[in-house]
Order: sequence, then structure tokens, then C-alpha cells
Amino acid sequence: MTRDLKFFQAINEATDLCLARDPSVYLMGLHVPADPKGVFGTVLGLSKKYGPERVMDMPTSENGMTGVAIGSALVGMRPIMVHQRIEFALLAVEQIINQAANWHYMFGGQAAMPLVIRMIIGRGWGQGPQHSQSLQALFAHVPGLKVVMPATPHDAKGLLIAAVEDNNPVIYLEHRWLHNVFGPVPEGRYTVPIGKARTARKGMDVTIVATSYMVLESLRAADLLARDGIEAEVVDVRSLRPLDKVQIFESIRKTGRLVVVDGAWRSLGFAAEVLALAAEQIYGILKAPPARVTFPDLPSPSTPALAQHFYPRAVHVVNGVRTMMGLPEVTEEQLGIQHETPLDVPDKAFTGPF
Amino acid sequence: MASVALRDLYLRMVRIRLVEEKIAELYPEQQMRCPVHLSVGQEAVAVGACAALEPEDYAVSTHRSHAHYLAKGGNLKAMLAELYGRVTGCCGGKGGSMHLIDRSVGFLGAVPIVGSTIPIGVGVAFGTILRKEHHVTIVFLGDGATEEGVFHEAVNFAVLKRLPVVFVCENNFFSVYSALDVRQPPLRDIHVLARGYGLDSHLGDGNDVEVVYAMTNVAVEKARAGGGPTFLEFKTYRWREHCGPHYDNHVGYRSEQEFEEWKARCPITSLKQRLLQRGQATQQDLNGIEAGLAEEVEAAVAFAKASPFPEPELLQDHLYAP
Repeated sequence: MTRDLKFFQAINEATDLCLARDPSVYLMGLHVPADPKGVFGTVLGLSKKYGPERVMDMPTSENGMTGVAIGSALVGMRPIMVHQRIEFALLAVEQIINQAANWHYMFGGQAAMPLVIRMIIGRGWGQGPQHSQSLQALFAHVPGLKVVMPATPHDAKGLLIAAVEDNNPVIYLEHRWLHNVFGPVPEGRYTVPIGKARTARKGMDVTIVATSYMVLESLRAADLLARDGIEAEVVDVRSLRPLDKVQIFESIRKTGRLVVVDGAWRSLGFAAEVLALAAEQIYGILKAPPARVTFPDLPSPSTPALAQHFYPRAVHVVNGVRTMMGLPEVTEEQLGIQHETPLDVPDKAFTGPF
Repeated sequence: MASVALRDLYLRMVRIRLVEEKIAELYPEQQMRCPVHLSVGQEAVAVGACAALEPEDYAVSTHRSHAHYLAKGGNLKAMLAELYGRVTGCCGGKGGSMHLIDRSVGFLGAVPIVGSTIPIGVGVAFGTILRKEHHVTIVFLGDGATEEGVFHEAVNFAVLKRLPVVFVCENNFFSVYSALDVRQPPLRDIHVLARGYGLDSHLGDGNDVEVVYAMTNVAVEKARAGGGPTFLEFKTYRWREHCGPHYDNHVGYRSEQEFEEWKARCPITSLKQRLLQRGQATQQDLNGIEAGLAEEVEAAVAFAKASPFPEPELLQDHLYAP
């Protein structure tokens, strides 16, 4: 049966299910059992249900504890590690990139590395440059890692279960602003295959390839574009590595136009990669130069006065497409966009401070 | 307590010495196309520590891992083939000297990033506890690794969870060319630092295999009984250069005199004298066995050299585990 759940509930349900199904799964992270808010609700109730040995807090030692997770995986455990902000995972980049990513290959295929690392990305409430970076390109650059970015509650659950059941290190990136998004989620176990994109909206005129939260902004943009008779196809990539090039190319072949919308920096990033792939492999079918809608190449500012010009939203996607179509740019006023909430919160329920 | 005859410990050290001397001899042929870090002079730590383990116990190691791999029972042919980049190597040629593994004997891996296998070894021990298995894990590390953050992170966790780990620190006084005195303050021994984390911590003579074996045995027994981790610092000395087959006293980071003093304390020569004095072996007996070991090494080299290189298709293999 399918019912509506919030994104955070979908993560919680997936984790619960994996813990129940497989005794080798355990969950670890700073404050995982201790945080009264349960890491944005995603781990609420799990320590009570499974005990502190399977849902465990840890010393403030991100790199060391990633090594512990890796070592436990070598003898048959399937750890899930959680970082409340992706920046804390940077303390563990040595273990993630040198060790976890390479282990299977460098030892000639003799050791699987079933490890999931959840990292929370995204903006909100003046988080500033060390609590808001979206470093998907950093991790997706590394062979041996898999990197997934769910955009819907359905995929949040299915991709997490797939990640836990995968025998490789999977970086699971969840955007802070998605946690309260509602959507249909089937009960019970199901997986969303890692490496498969999803068509979030069908269209004939332009392909918008989007990641994570930017899928939502792209869908809003597609609605606005449709009013002017421009039908955008929105491809939610879901997995950055492996990347579903087939589906992305199929869509571009149909529309002849490509805009990549990624909540991350512009240069040398995911959007640049998709443009490069298009240039290399389907250059001849593009009707216009492809475009990127991304963060500017700057650290993110804390003040809402500047943040509103840093984080792209639907209007910027609309203008990316319009420019490509040879149409003049429009303003939010012209589009009739009225923000019901301030620009630095994801929804009405959010009142800070985190 | 595991019981291994001293004569066997001696022969295990000789075997490792012969392998490494053979690597040093053949390296200039330019057929082993990977860096090698030899532990000639340090054999007593590897052999003494691993002799205290059962085959199903685990070990992880560092860039200087040949001795640990062999002492744990790793396959010699597969190790040499790995150094020669052959498909028959212990990593199919993808690892080279700095990445050795032999899961069949619990040698779970060695990596060249200093300190990185310390938390991994602790995680192995943690995994065995979660799985309610009763194995002990030895984490081999050098003195330089105790300066890495992960050492402190991992030791803290091992103590917190009373994990069945024995940290075996080979203090050979050098991190590449940097001597201990430019890296750590005087009058603060590494084992004393480790003791600050609240685990049993001891210093021993790393050139005396009997000492290493006895101390590790106590630690392993304690770990197996649920008594938690132990840190053992063994002082020993690297005879040859950090990386490569040569002696390097002429480059100026250590004195010839210091080197000669340590060489005079060769763990193999001194044990041999003890064995002969105590009547636990005869010169003739040892000569015969050593000749056999030398033959084994020659055969392993021949196996490695005769083995094929991996086919180009294997470049793509093993990116992901199925």
C-alpha cells in the first residue's frame, strides 16, 4: 500500500526496515541516538527499538569512525553512518576516498565494502559557508564510490534501501530542504536502482537535468514555462555515480536543448560534467548551446540579503531556458511569483534555528 | 598461551630476511615496478607478534608490510607475484607492494597512508564483537602513525568499547627521513602517551623475538578474554632506506655509528647464538633448513617472474563489488 509520508519519515522507515531485515546493519553517527530531534527526524525511535549497539552514538572522530565502519564492513557488517552536515564528513575524506573507494579495486576484488554514508547538504537559516556546501561533485568524482541524491520521499526510501543492500560505499546526500516534503511512499521493502534516472515531468522543448532539491525548483520552473507554451522535460538524475547517461541523452535527443540545474558550484562540477558529456557524445543534435543553472563560484554568504542572490530558484531556471530559446529574461513579479515564506526557510513549519 | 618453539620463530625470521634480501637483490633489475619498503632488521616484531595469533585472528598493516604479511601466514608466491605486477599476485597486480592482502589467513590489508589502517583494524575488532565472534586483531603501526589524528581517535574508541585489539607499534625512530626527535618531544615515550587513553601499554625490545612473543601473548590472551585493548611499543631499527633496496646512511639523516650499533643487535644473529648456546638447535640443522628456505624463495621468485601480467580487460574489473 502506498501512502503519503514526509521525506524524513521515508528515510526513517527505510532505516528501520534495513535494521529489522538484516542483523549486520547498524547505524552510527554523532548524536544519532542522543539528538532529541532525531537528526531531522530521520532516526527518531530507532535506538529505542534496536538498542544502543545497533543505533549508536560515536566519539567526535569522523575519520577514525569511518575507518571503524570500514573495518567492520570487512568482517561482514553493513554500517550506515550519518553526518548532520556534509562538512563534518570532510574530516573523514581520507578514509572515504583513499580507503573505502579504493579497497575493492586495489585488493583485486577480494573485499566488498558495504558502507553507506549519509550526508546532509543544503541551505537555510544563515548556515553560511561551513554548514551549507553541496559537495556532490567532490564525491562523485571518485571512482569506487556511488553517489545518490534522492529528491522525493519515494526515492529517499528506495535509494536508501538499495544503498544499504549494495556491496559498495554509497554516499547518500539528502538536502535539508527536502526533509519535510510530502509524497507517496509504498509500504514494505522496495528499492530504487542506483544508477537509474527518473523522468519527473515529460516535455518536448527542453531537457532540464536536475539534482536533489533543484528537481523541485525545476518542476516549479517547468510549470511557469508551460504557461508560455514551453514544455520542459525534467530529468531527476537520482544517482550522480553511476550516472544514467542513456536516459539523459534520450531526453536531449527528443528536445534538442539542455539545461542542467545543480545546487552546487558551477565550475568543474556536476553541471559541467553533463554539458561535457553532451558536447562529446550528442553534439550534433543540440539546437542551442547548453546551459547551467548553479550556485556562483563563491562561498555561501550567511546573511539572507546576499543568500537570496546566491541560491538559484525557479525564476533562474525559467530564465536559463528562456535565454536558450532566445526570449528575454523575466522577473519573479512578471511571473507572478509570490513567496509565502521568507527565502531562507524551506517551509512554513521551519522557524529555525537549525 | 600459544606455544611456538623458539627455533620456529627463528626460522620464520630467517625466511622473511631471505625474502627481503632477495627483493633488494632483484629490485635493480627494474622488473618489480612498484615502491618497496623493506623491514630488514625489524623481523622480530612481525614474527613475535603474529606467533601469538591463531590463524583465524586478524591483522592489518602499513606500507612496510612484507614481514607482517608473511608472519601472519600470507602466501609468499602471491606476494612476490604482486610485487612483479602479475595476475597471480595477492591483489591480481592491482595493489603492488604497498597493498597486500591474504584473507585466507586473516591478513585483511595493508595500505601506505600512515595511520589509516589503525581505525580499520579497530573496526575489524568492533565488527567481530558485533558478530559475537572471538577473534583478536593486531594493528601494526609505526612510530609516525602515532602522530596521526586517527591513531588517537581509534585508540579512544578501542578503549571505550574494550575491543579485542593489540596495537603493535614498531618504533624504528624514523618517518621517512624525519627522526623521532624532530617529530615528538623528548622524554615522552609513545607507550606512555598511549597509556593516557586508559589502556595497558608497555615498552619492549623489538629486536628480541622472545620478548615480543611473550608480551604479545599476554595482550592477545587478555583481549580474547574480554579484557580490552593493549598497546605495545617495540623499539627496533630500519636497516635499509625508507623506500627502495639500498642502504642510505650516506645521505646524512642518521649516523653510520648509530646504524652499526643497531646492526650489531641483529634480531636474527642474536637469537641464533641463543639457540645454539641453549642446545635448541645445531648449526648443521639450521643450515639445512635455511638452505630449504632459500630454495623456497627462489621458487617463489621464479613463479612470480613466470606468471602472466593481467590482461587489459582486467583494468575495468573490480570497480564495484557485485
